[in-house]
Amino acid sequence: MSEATGLKSWLTTTDHKRIGKLYFWTAFVMFLIGGLEAELIRIQLAKPENTFVTADTYNQLFTMHGTTMVFMALMPLAAAFFNYIVPLQIGARDVAFPRLNAFSYWVFLLGTVFMNASWLLPHHPAPDGGWFGYATLTEKQFNPGPNIDFWLLGLQILGIASLAAGFNFIVTILNLRAPGMKMMRLPVFSWMTLVTSFLMITAFPVITVALVFLMFDRVFGTHFYLPSAGGDPVLWQHLFWLFGHPEVYILILPAMGVVSEVLPTFSRKPLFGYTVVVYSGVLIGFMGWGVWSHHMFSVGLGPIADSVFALTTMLIAIPTGVKIFNWLATLWGGQIRLTTAMCFALGFIGLFTIGGLSGVTHASPPADLQQTDTYYVVAHFHYVLFGGTMMGLFAGMYYWWPKMTGRLLSEPLGLVHFWLTFIGMNLTFFPMHFTGLLGMPRRVYTYSHDLGVDDMNMVSTIGAVILGIGMIVFVYNIWRTRKHGAVAGPNPWGGATLEWSIPSPPPVHNFDVIPNVTSRLPLWDSSPAPKAPPGHIHVPGGSWWPMVAAAGLPLMALAPLTHTLWIVFVGGAVLIYGIYRWAYEPFEV
Amino acid sequence: MSHAAPPTHYTSMGLDSRKMGFWAFIGSECLLFGSLISTYLVYQGRSVSGPTPAQILNIPVTSISTFDLLMSSLWMVLALAAVQRGDMKWAKVWLLGVAIGGTIFLGFQFYEFSSFVREGLTMQANLFGATFFILTGTHGAHVTVGVLWMLTLWVRALQGKLGPQHAMTVEIAGLYWHFVDVIWIVIFTLVYLLHK
Repeated sequence: MSEATGLKSWLTTTDHKRIGKLYFWTAFVMFLIGGLEAELIRIQLAKPENTFVTADTYNQLFTMHGTTMVFMALMPLAAAFFNYIVPLQIGARDVAFPRLNAFSYWVFLLGTVFMNASWLLPHHPAPDGGWFGYATLTEKQFNPGPNIDFWLLGLQILGIASLAAGFNFIVTILNLRAPGMKMMRLPVFSWMTLVTSFLMITAFPVITVALVFLMFDRVFGTHFYLPSAGGDPVLWQHLFWLFGHPEVYILILPAMGVVSEVLPTFSRKPLFGYTVVVYSGVLIGFMGWGVWSHHMFSVGLGPIADSVFALTTMLIAIPTGVKIFNWLATLWGGQIRLTTAMCFALGFIGLFTIGGLSGVTHASPPADLQQTDTYYVVAHFHYVLFGGTMMGLFAGMYYWWPKMTGRLLSEPLGLVHFWLTFIGMNLTFFPMHFTGLLGMPRRVYTYSHDLGVDDMNMVSTIGAVILGIGMIVFVYNIWRTRKHGAVAGPNPWGGATLEWSIPSPPPVHNFDVIPNVTSRLPLWDSSPAPKAPPGHIHVPGGSWWPMVAAAGLPLMALAPLTHTLWIVFVGGAVLIYGIYRWAYEPFEV
Repeated sequence: MSHAAPPTHYTSMGLDSRKMGFWAFIGSECLLFGSLISTYLVYQGRSVSGPTPAQILNIPVTSISTFDLLMSSLWMVLALAAVQRGDMKWAKVWLLGVAIGGTIFLGFQFYEFSSFVREGLTMQANLFGATFFILTGTHGAHVTVGVLWMLTLWVRALQGKLGPQHAMTVEIAGLYWHFVDVIWIVIFTLVYLLHK
């Protein structure tokens, strides 16, 4: 049962742990690239009337910063933990469909490469229509270059990766639980993965359709979003935000899951109100479908629509608030250990609460009309997505790093990383509440001195530099840990869930003996399963075909990009060939 | 039993994982078609120029192709029943029948599309054309995938590589086929029968 090594073993891998690592490193590189784009934005905005980048390049920077962070960094970083941790938490040997899992990863990688390749072409025609790509700005007559084509085709490819991953994790969590692992014994991270997976498989088809319409408008001359022929640009907004708001919860729920694992471990207490936390997560998943038009108050949908969406938006704050109080109650009376993971989790609670509160201020249409398209909104969603999602994901990285690599990240360096990130994050984004309310519009490449926001912008830029230094510390920590990190052992934190019952890193088959689960906190409530010498354990082999099938998709996307019909048949043939070889190769799950 | 007999895995829900995954896929597809159908309905009557649905839709002809597609669902049921009882002779007949039924439907759609284009309804002509072609075209693409799937199963049956131990494979193909059929019933009702 020795593990294969070498390049081929990685290209053909179907092991959820390896795929998790591939997801992690790809997404981490994209997080650094997205961060670099943010730094360039902040340099441009450091002083008024700056000319560091042109307006066109600035459009590309903020578009790709948002698109990269949402689709190529935060979602796949969460997916890295879905892959690595969920099968371990539920007591499984792999995911339900190991090759589909490999397919998801390769599609994600190729979609990422496809969209970012636009930076490398002459005149770097990178996407420049904003991450939500409002029609009619993205239509051919206003944006004739290939920029938007890269964006919409790249997103289409990335969406397929998310859909495939969603099906896989739904079935894995529902069907591959170890005996005794009832749904109400499932670790909260796995629960939130399940809810997120349902959101992915339901939200992504909607943006698929929206993007197909846009592609047809641009490539085939239809008029889906063009008012000249009776089309309505607001249709794009509805479809985009019908996807886009569930997407917000796709981004935050996994981080909430991580925090719900980290806080109990380092408080040495079970999660307070487990069932309520789980049901709140499920309720957020459902309610996330009923709030999308709060992104569109300034469209003028009328008083009834505005009132309904204002109410649903305020209501969704309730299950979110419930979770926050449950986390606080988990801390109460606990034996708190301020490890780096714990600090990031506590940072999550504080910063996410600030982002949540500013979010509730947008729920009121009259207030929202003052805030729309200003830096106030930028402040809000960075408190939610950086202060929330990223702090949660950092907590997960420090928490599960020893499980994934066998070595502990340095705690002193980790705390330096935490404090630089915490201070940098607040310095960067807190002033934006004020710059926004003072009237500084977002998505504009510069601002006038007369607006009186010079100093606050400089503070934001200094904060961004501190954030960047924090990331350098983190990267150094990772580098140093490779050789010099303390060896972790199976359960360095005294965690309660099943992933801590096996060696770090786990053997290729995960569990020598599939555990029999009798409680919600198996490692706290009972001694770990007796060591039994494993008999023959079947481990799925490798396969080339998921990667081959995945390669068909960017090939097909080249056809509308280059307006060359025959390429679509080549790409389609590669896809179909890959699927047939995949379906009929000998492969036993 | 051939070497390809799938081992019966323990699953937490007692339901085959592939089947559960496929149900999730169908749920996802509902959102895809839901978005397309909603767009069609929202844009109904908003075209600024003709041809209009009333001028161009041929309900009698499409009723025939609808009937054909519904019948192919019956043949799908018979194909699965034949595979389950190990009657591979009839399984081959019914699988090929489903594929032919689907192909006939696609032939009707090809005829319909080309006659519409001749009469001036293109995707670029108006919103009705754009939403109609993209909705029914997406459905037609699904039928095409289904036909290829049925032909694949039929060839496997001819090769003797499909037996009762693969009943789940055929059942999942059937789920897909029936789903595509149900979607057509919705499209036929909303686009053809209730046209404005």
